[in-house]
Formats: sequence, C-alpha cells, structure tokens
Amino acid sequence: MDLAKRQTSLFPYVFGILFLIALADSWQRAEVNPLVFVEKEGREALWKFLSGMFPPDLSWTFLSFIVRPTLETVQISVMGTCIAVLIGFPLGLLGTSTLVFRGILNEAEVAGSAVRWSLRFSLYFLARAGLSLFRCIPEFVWAFMFVRAVGLGPFPGVLAIGVAYGGMLGKVYSEIFESVHTGPLEALQSTGANKLQIFFYGWFPQILPNFVSYTLYRWECAVRASAILGLVGAGGLGQQIEISMRMFNFHEVLTLLGVLFILVAAADTISAKVRGLL
Amino acid sequence: MSQGGWQQTEQGHPWEVHRDERRSRLRSYGTVAALVALFIWSYRGSEIYLTRLFSEEGLGQILVYVKGLFPPDLSRGVVADAAYGAWETFAISFLGILLAVVIALMLVFFASRNLVYSGLLYELEESGRWRHMLRMLPYLAAKGVLNFLRTVPEMVWALIFVFIVGLGPFPGVLALGIHTGGVLGKLFAEVLENVDPQPIESLQSTGAGKVQILVYGIMPQVLPQFVSYTLYRWEVNIRMAAVLGFVGAGGLGQRIHIAISLFLGHQLLTLLIALYVLVTAVDYLSAYLRKRLL
Repeated sequence: MDLAKRQTSLFPYVFGILFLIALADSWQRAEVNPLVFVEKEGREALWKFLSGMFPPDLSWTFLSFIVRPTLETVQISVMGTCIAVLIGFPLGLLGTSTLVFRGILNEAEVAGSAVRWSLRFSLYFLARAGLSLFRCIPEFVWAFMFVRAVGLGPFPGVLAIGVAYGGMLGKVYSEIFESVHTGPLEALQSTGANKLQIFFYGWFPQILPNFVSYTLYRWECAVRASAILGLVGAGGLGQQIEISMRMFNFHEVLTLLGVLFILVAAADTISAKVRGLL
Repeated sequence: MSQGGWQQTEQGHPWEVHRDERRSRLRSYGTVAALVALFIWSYRGSEIYLTRLFSEEGLGQILVYVKGLFPPDLSRGVVADAAYGAWETFAISFLGILLAVVIALMLVFFASRNLVYSGLLYELEESGRWRHMLRMLPYLAAKGVLNFLRTVPEMVWALIFVFIVGLGPFPGVLALGIHTGGVLGKLFAEVLENVDPQPIESLQSTGAGKVQILVYGIMPQVLPQFVSYTLYRWEVNIRMAAVLGFVGAGGLGQRIHIAISLFLGHQLLTLLIALYVLVTAVDYLSAYLRKRLL
C-alpha cells in the first residue's frame, strides 16, 4: 500500500516544477549575469583586484596600525558572548517547558490550577517570543541600530552580538534543557530534595557539557561576526577592511584577511582545546 | 580530598593520585583565572559604559528610538517595496545556496580523505610513497580552497564582488554562494569521511569499480545528510542575504540600510516585519522540505 501511495504521489512533480519556476524567477530577479566576468570591464576589475592584492602589505606601520582593531575584535567577541549568555540563560530557562509549566518538577504544583498553569505558560510564551525576536533580526541590523543609539565604537558591536546571539543561545539552551533525562531528577525528588537541590545536583551536571560546548561554538561565530560588524561602524577589523576596500588598497585587504584567518583559526583551536578538557 | 585517595589502590601509588588531583585542581584554577583576566581585558577594551547605557539619557535615547519605530508604515508603496525587497532577498538566498551546492559538490569528493588516498578503497593498491603523496595533493588543494572560501566572511566577499561586478543583487548571490560553498564543502566532507564502510566493502567484493562504488555505495548513504545540511544552511543564508544589502548587494538589506541611515523609523519597522515574515516562512519551508525529502 505504501508503494502504491508513493507511485501516485504528485509531490516530486510539483516540487520539480516549483523548483524550476523559482530558479527562473530568481535568476531574473537577482540579475544574474555570469558573462560579467568575461566582459572587458569585469575582467579588468577582477584583474585589478587580484593583482592589487599581491604582495600583501606587511609594512611595519600598517601592521602596528591594525594591532589595536585586531585586539578589539577579540574583546568585542568575548564581551558579546558574555552578554549573550546573560540574556540567553535566563530566557532559555523560562523558555523551557519542562522547567516552567509541565513535567516532573511542576506536576504537583500546576495540577488542577488553571490560573497557575496559564500564568506560567504565558511566561514561557513571552520568553520564547523575546528570543525569537532577538535572533530574527540579524546582528548587522542590531549593530547598525545600536550605532545610532549609543554612538560609534566597539560598544554597539558588543551589544549587537549580545542581543542577536542571546536569542540564538537561548533557543539552543532551552533545547538542551528540555532534553535532560528525568530519571535523576525523579530520584532526587523521591529522596525529598527541594527544587534548588534538584537543580544543582540532578539538572545542572547534565546540561553543563552541552552548555559549555555550544557557548564556545557561538564564541567562534562571534569572533567572525565581530570582525565584520565594523563595516557599519562598530569597531574591530571590519572597519579597517571596509576602509581599505573603499580606498582600493587591496594589498592591505589581503593582510587584513590574513589576520582574520589567523584570528578565526586561533579561536577554533582554543575552543577545541577547552572542549577537550570537558 | 576524599579518604579513598590516600589509600593504596591497585591503579597506582597513592602519591601519584594525590599529585594528579592537585595538578588538575591547579589547572582548573588557572583556567578560571585566565577567564577572569580575559573578561576584564575585554571589558576595558570594548569601551562598555553600562552606566551610560542605563543612565536616564542612554535609556531615554533608546526609548525614543524604539518609539520612533511605531507604528509601522503600512502605506501601499512602502509595503510593496518591502515585499519586493523580500522577494529579491529570497532570490539571492535561493540562487546563493544553489551555487554553494554546486561549488561544494565540485570540491568535496577531493576533500574527503577516504575517497582520495586512504582507507578501504585504496588498501589493495601498492602504496608507493610518491603515489601516495601525489594522491594527497588534490586533497590538500581542495581542503585549502574550501578553507579559504569559508574563512572570508560573506560580507567581505560581497564587498569584493560589488567592486568586480558592480552594485545589485548579483554580487550578493556570488558572495553567499562562495562563502556557503566553503561551509557546505566542509560539512559534506565530514559526512563523506564518516560513511559506513560495510556497503562499500560488499560492493568491492562483487568487483565494482570506484565510480560504481561511489554511485551505489556512498551516494545513497550521504545524500540525505547533504540535503539536510543544505536546508539548514539555507535557513542561515536567508538571514545573511537580508543584510548583504548593507554593502550594496540589493535585497531587503539595502532598504533597511537606507531606512536606518535616513532615520525613517516607521519604514524600518515595516522592513523588519517583512524580514521576520520572510525568515519564518523560509524556516517553515525548509522544515517541510526536510520532512518530505528525507
């Protein structure tokens, strides 16, 4: 029967046709023109860019000039991740259904009390909505808005990463929290442990490894993000990349990309090391 | 220190246990100290003025800004423009992810160790040293290219392509496709390297050639994961496509950029709503496709 159903399914055809329509429409809408690279103008620009990149600018003045933005990028990523955890952790807790309104921790309290249940549910819902709002607006847009609100410099970058990544962390945290095994919690409860004790001895040890490793992963992403947030005036390497790009100093761009590469690779290595310690 | 640590155990001398424990404790203190130092250094470096942010003036400024967003501008022209921008962003992300898949598929078969030079497929060949090295070359080259594509952020790719091909959505497509191609290439290569060797072995024992093994033994295993990763990256890309416009690569981002720059608060909110709707729609679409295709 399953086979017969599969044979009569229209899905592959519909999917194929829609796919082709979307492809054709997007092709036109995005003004795709691969010939640009072969035409004289595009070819010249490409050549100008590639030949301009080499050799990279390794002069002492330039290198000493970009030390500060590089360090700033690291600092923005660290502070941004800290703020993201500060936002994501509490909201993630509130956005976990098993901690807020259902499951073993709450079944005694919520049972039979519709008011209590709906209060807790609205708390849960609000936390979820907040998280989804935070993460739906890209960090770039946040950064740009914060630049308007608090002025240029690294601070808006920190806030942007904090808010946008807070939303992402909060969502993933709540998924981690929800996948906690209830066995240990139940066992603790049956020995008469109170909620705080259950939290620290049954729940916390379970979430810790995933919690740390996902936070570290986000920090890696934050290094990347903070390096480019500068494009909208939020400090760090990005600002310098944009300036060099706009001034057509492509050999500086190559140096900056090299620094960025080292930075990202270092972040990867460090977080892999720390994860290995767990 | 528990009592047990001091007693003679079968695993080793008690003093050794003691020393190990002390070392690990020292190490964890060291880690904490390093973290605190990092935190303080970052705090001072990133010019955070929490007092300024939470002062009456700072909060007031933000409040005024937020108030300036409401209500969203729902006049027909603005909504149509936002819808058009959203559509363009969708087109950029769609073509971008297709380009990324093409790039990834072109490179990935060279970038997974077990397909290029080691493992089951090659265990029968006499492993001359030069031959081995020669086989490693394409692997290293493909890995290097993928790493390069991945490390340069989309935004920087967009800046570069805006310079080369001019303003408009096309540089956005190229930027997204190239960066995501690097990311997908890495993910695909990992999938390929973790492939289950059993079907390969049984195919090999029937005398299948390498291409046949690839088509019948490996692809059926990895294809679902390829699709799943592609859909996941698409969800990421739609967000990125929306901001590429900041550097002149079309779509919603360009309109958002203009709206923020010119303090057009009401229009900005409309655009943000459009972005929200678009992102959510793509999330649902990708979840649906994942369910149907896998």
